[in-house]
Amino acid sequence: MANESVTKTFVVALTLCIVCAVVVSSAAVSLRPAQEANKLLDLKTNILASAGLLEEGVDVETQFEKISVKLVDMETGRYTTELDADTYDQRKASGNPSLSVALSASEDIAKIKRRANFAKVYVVENAQGLEKVILPIKGYGLWSTLYGFIALESDLKTVAGIGFYEHTETPGLGGEVDNPKWKASWVGKRAYDSDGLALEVIKGKVDLARAGADSQIDGLAGATLTTRGVDNLVKYWLGQQGFKPFIDNLKTGEA
Amino acid sequence: MSKTKDILLDPIASNNPIALQILGICSALAVTTSMKVAFVMCLALTIVSAFSNLFVSLIRHHIPNSIRIIVQMTIIASLVIMVDQVLKAVAYDISKQLSVFVGLIITNCIVMGRCEAFAMKNPPLPSFYDGIGNGIGYSVILMLLAFIRELLGAGKIWGFQVLPVSTEGGWYIANGMMLMPPSAFFLIGLFIWALRAWKTEQVEQPDFKITANSRQSEVA
Repeated sequence: MANESVTKTFVVALTLCIVCAVVVSSAAVSLRPAQEANKLLDLKTNILASAGLLEEGVDVETQFEKISVKLVDMETGRYTTELDADTYDQRKASGNPSLSVALSASEDIAKIKRRANFAKVYVVENAQGLEKVILPIKGYGLWSTLYGFIALESDLKTVAGIGFYEHTETPGLGGEVDNPKWKASWVGKRAYDSDGLALEVIKGKVDLARAGADSQIDGLAGATLTTRGVDNLVKYWLGQQGFKPFIDNLKTGEA
Repeated sequence: MSKTKDILLDPIASNNPIALQILGICSALAVTTSMKVAFVMCLALTIVSAFSNLFVSLIRHHIPNSIRIIVQMTIIASLVIMVDQVLKAVAYDISKQLSVFVGLIITNCIVMGRCEAFAMKNPPLPSFYDGIGNGIGYSVILMLLAFIRELLGAGKIWGFQVLPVSTEGGWYIANGMMLMPPSAFFLIGLFIWALRAWKTEQVEQPDFKITANSRQSEVA
């Protein structure tokens, strides 16, 4: 068969496609379990890191044992056992109409469109009771949705840490949400004061001499929209629409 | 035997894909802030380049000329996806840092260029060596870049702190610009300068000469 004939061209193209497709798909299928395990481990590492609990050199699984995974009903702000917390996928649920609610434009300051009815929270307890609580947060930045966690200390007022495990902000600008120094600046800030939610990410540097500085976070230089996005998502998730009812219940011990 | 050696070693200094052919610059800027990441990238590219050359060469007599580029692309793309999947399974952290750049090996001019220029005309084994050789040529530059950038930018070599950085109480003030992509441009420029000072045959003839300014008397 001549190399340039139409038949030969089709035969070569088809054979190549089939061979490549089989090779690629078998690699994908056979490696999937290892990849999923890695993803889960990465998520656990991120949860620990955002609460400032991650210790270098210690097995992540053992460290994660002290954390209990619980589901919170966002309507009532109380724990629920309606679904299995270990297998519940909050991200999938927020796309499922039967497991989520659509948000109106005025409610939806974090631009997430739908909110899952149940949220997966991570609770760290010690002998004295509650040690830390880690809440999932998400919201739109400049390019797409940022996914992360914010952790609160046992007083349920003080920020214990924050971290984003998935985002596509511009590296070097908005991508600085991953900067350890910036993340460290959240630790110890007061999320709530007597008037309610106080935590905010401001534009520019925080003036430490001013009142309220202990609730303010430096904005990211050159990333106004990312900064605004983070500010909005923190306000949403710590606000009345988000985890505020749950936190209030937790404080009175009614969660 | 000496021919195999030539094929393997030529791309390192005398025909370097980055420094002479100026290919694959994009990834050279992006993944060279730390040596570990750069090393994985180099390994991935060398594997892809070697095996895509091998496979293209194996079927080179059966590739219709009209679809040869797309055939090469399909082979390269399949190999890159395999590498990406393996990385996600065994080196998740590094694959996260390399992110999109492993996928972008598909469009890396070095891989494409060697398939088209070498593997289409040569037997499988030399093609395989050629792929490895060019991979090494790419790796040499990348590792040099990563070494300098990591050392000056973060005071580290292969993740180990060698220069105590001022932010952690040391004396070394890290050069933040080294962690930005433009610094790789400057460094590649300096490499090319050094290489051409050593191997003067690589210096290109100027495309055109600027004529001397006309004198006042000639104008009139």
